[in-house]
Amino acid sequence: MKRIIAKQEHCMGCGLCEVGCAVQHSKSKDPIKAYNHEYPKPISRIRLELNKPVSFAIQCRHCENAPCVVACLTGAMTRDEETGFVKHNPEKCMGCWTCIMVCPYGAIKADVSGKIVAKCDACTELSVPVCVASCPNGALECKEVTS
Amino acid sequence: MKSYLPVDFIVERDESKCIRCKVCVNQCTYETHNYDAQDDVIRSKDENCVNCQRCVTMCPTHALSIKKNLGPFRDNANWSSEVIKDIKKQAETGGVLLTGMGADKPYLTYWERLLLNASQVTNPSIDPLREPMEIRTYLGAKPDALEIEFEDGDIDLKTKLAPQLILETPIMFSAMSYGAISLNVHESLARAAMRAGTYFNTGEGGLDSRLYKYGERAIVQVASGRFGVHSSYLNAGAAIEIKIGQGAKPGIGGHLPGEKVTEDIARTRMIPVGTDALSPAPQHDIYSIEDLRQLIYALKEATNYSKPVSVKIAAVHNVAAIASGIVRAGADIIALDGVRGSTGAAPKVIRDNVGIPIELAIASVDQRLRDEGIRNKASIVAAGGFRSSGDIVKAIALGADAVYVATAALIALGCTVCQKCYTGKCPWGIATSDPWISKRVNPEIGAERLVNLLRGWSMEIKEIMGGMGINAIESLRGNRLHLRGVNMTDTELKILGVKMAGE
Ligand code: SF4
Ligand code: SF4
Ligand code: SF4
Ligand code: SF4
Repeated sequence: MKRIIAKQEHCMGCGLCEVGCAVQHSKSKDPIKAYNHEYPKPISRIRLELNKPVSFAIQCRHCENAPCVVACLTGAMTRDEETGFVKHNPEKCMGCWTCIMVCPYGAIKADVSGKIVAKCDACTELSVPVCVASCPNGALECKEVTS
Repeated sequence: MKSYLPVDFIVERDESKCIRCKVCVNQCTYETHNYDAQDDVIRSKDENCVNCQRCVTMCPTHALSIKKNLGPFRDNANWSSEVIKDIKKQAETGGVLLTGMGADKPYLTYWERLLLNASQVTNPSIDPLREPMEIRTYLGAKPDALEIEFEDGDIDLKTKLAPQLILETPIMFSAMSYGAISLNVHESLARAAMRAGTYFNTGEGGLDSRLYKYGERAIVQVASGRFGVHSSYLNAGAAIEIKIGQGAKPGIGGHLPGEKVTEDIARTRMIPVGTDALSPAPQHDIYSIEDLRQLIYALKEATNYSKPVSVKIAAVHNVAAIASGIVRAGADIIALDGVRGSTGAAPKVIRDNVGIPIELAIASVDQRLRDEGIRNKASIVAAGGFRSSGDIVKAIALGADAVYVATAALIALGCTVCQKCYTGKCPWGIATSDPWISKRVNPEIGAERLVNLLRGWSMEIKEIMGGMGINAIESLRGNRLHLRGVNMTDTELKILGVKMAGE
């Protein structure tokens, strides 16, 4: 199972992982267009936590017994048994924020549309998640872990 | 007092490209950029910018560029903008002007006026990709003669050899102290030295115990402040270096301000947290060659004669005679640091005016030691502004055994030679002891970049040697016939021991 690991000792708090994530989840996938000309503005699903000198970037932990999956009223939040990733289906989401409240990591955000939630989808369509590829300092690593 | 100083640089932001991600805001350690939430715009204070290019490099949309504030004064060959600004600065502060890195004036370099040879017709050049090319270098005292015994086809070396450093490439990392640079930089250098089969030099601030595992590739320095010097430190390294002086500030001591002396640095240097670390200008127990001999042998004694001892001096006017004394005092390696050598902090007037170019120092020291028949007693390591493999090959041809590089290593780690190392706020996380800023160097990435640089330079050295028809660096060392000079006076050519191009 692949997981994205945050290495706090190498995170320098630049926020480039957030930029990469927001752009990847935009319509245009172009940073200038996405930030300056798209509405709703894409949001980053990774969040930089900062209390100098400690900092790290955290996104959905894809928990094994995910509280959001249990709590979701509509079945929009599911766990893919094969990859182990917790997936969110916007079609089924009704924006009740139950998952936001139960997530112990604060990893789920209200999408800027305000009607559904948004969370890390592990960039499964890419070979390397975009936050990992955007980090200039090797502070995020995508690697195989044994659950 | 109203400052009359103009800004040095102007920050230009292309508003159509800026996405207000605030990366520049958090990357500039000089607080140049700030986000105005009310107007949703990033503004920059030009007066804070030192043109380190950190924000420019990190901006995800390439919206930033830094322009030099041209002039800003009327052109004048004598009263240049730099001169005028320096005077104004001192009129406002009444202090010594500090700077970082090596001398930035063009008139102190000879490398451009030395040209290398290549084989044509009368001797064949060698293809380094097809034929073995030896650049392994041994540093330390070599015996006057070898006594060999043959017995039943076995060869036995009777002569007892002095301890040697074994370098897979004739390039080592020069002394940079923990405190002046961060632990992550020390670790990057240490790991790179391990992997590339060369050595890093701890500088005068000791070696953090977490890095003792790289000791076999460390040259541990003993300087006038004796910071962090104790028995296990001396024994942790592969060699010991007595620092008498450094090229950027010959005759000047060191000063690490108390605010940089964090807990880890204090423990390593063996001084209280937050106190200024002052290195006296001279070593107060060395006022003569005889005194130096005592320290050399004290250190050899402390390490059971198992490690070569190096003595590092700044290249100054009588360098050849001083070097001869140092070799006679028992040094196994003599490190010469030329006028362009770097530093974390030095008075600008000293950095730019004191010392002599390393080219002249290598040539005169090598010649003097040969003339006196003691060249084999010590290896010569040259330092001070080596920028490329070309400079290094020329240094070896002039007579150096190996070189030390520091600025080039830092550039590999990100440094842009902004010369503001003395502020302790290096935006590249290099010249700082701030635990937050120093996270910017990841030792794993750092080591990889350094190893790549050494690999690239080593391959180029082999290429150049191959072109000359030389297959071992031994045949290049002090082989000044492979050098020719241009644009030099007869005296310069004589001191360098090279012929004029065309001769
Ligand atoms: S890109 Fe890397 S260093 Fe920058 S904030 Fe994200 S995890 Fe930290
Ligand atoms: S880093 Fe570039 S895009 Fe981001 S706020 Fe600064 S100038 Fe704008
Ligand atoms: S990061 Fe460097 S180049 Fe950018 S504004 Fe700050 S000092 Fe200037
Ligand atoms: S080490 Fe840092 S402060 Fe010093 S010149 Fe390089 S970039 Fe500037």
